[in-house]
Amino acid sequence: MSQTQVQVQTQVQVQTADFDMAAEYAALSESHQTGAVVTFVGKVREMNEGARVSGLTLEHYPGMTEKALQGIVEQAQARWPLLGCKVIHRVGALALGEQIVFVGVASQHRDAAFAACQFMMDYLKTQAPFWKKEQTTQGAVWVEAKDSDTQAAKIWD
Amino acid sequence: MSIQVLFFAKIREQLGQEQITVAEDFATVEALRLHLTAQGEPWTSALAVNKLLVGVNHTIVPLSSAIKAGDEVAFFPPVTGG
Repeated sequence: MSQTQVQVQTQVQVQTADFDMAAEYAALSESHQTGAVVTFVGKVREMNEGARVSGLTLEHYPGMTEKALQGIVEQAQARWPLLGCKVIHRVGALALGEQIVFVGVASQHRDAAFAACQFMMDYLKTQAPFWKKEQTTQGAVWVEAKDSDTQAAKIWD
Repeated sequence: MSIQVLFFAKIREQLGQEQITVAEDFATVEALRLHLTAQGEPWTSALAVNKLLVGVNHTIVPLSSAIKAGDEVAFFPPVTGG
């Protein structure tokens, strides 16, 4: 393995501003050692639990959030040979259709990139201190954590 | 010598405050939680063990975790980001 020669670029960001998918992809795919880039974007969707959603507010725990995301990235790096890794999570008020979260992974091969991207989303869903409050036709409601998310994260234990 | 206690999301709203400072000593997070819930409502409901997560100094830990003066303890519901 030539892992030791590779400078792994990692970065986590928590921000109110939107992000540019094309720019994030370009940064992840810059190295010619990169053979695979997998990206995921989570968005504010219209329907949740049978209620029509007009937008949501994301609360977080400043300080712990960055630490949790960094921990998730470090665990992914320890499990797979990654060339680059980026996590962006937005906070504050977001309208219908807006981007919420970005996870991008670069690797030499697709297996590692796919697995690491899914791992990071599964862990983020259960370990990173973000909470969604949705504005719906039935008023503002806190989104309940899903058991399916907990189960999804457990497959990596 | 004190412990800073923070509340987030639904728990913060139920309690109507973001943080408190407690001056007493507690051996564990659970001892602190029991001290707070003993005040009655809304504490009893907000900090009920069911679906309660706790962070000590920015790391999620079990309720049985030891705490000491100067620690930052946060109570919050299961996370729903992403």
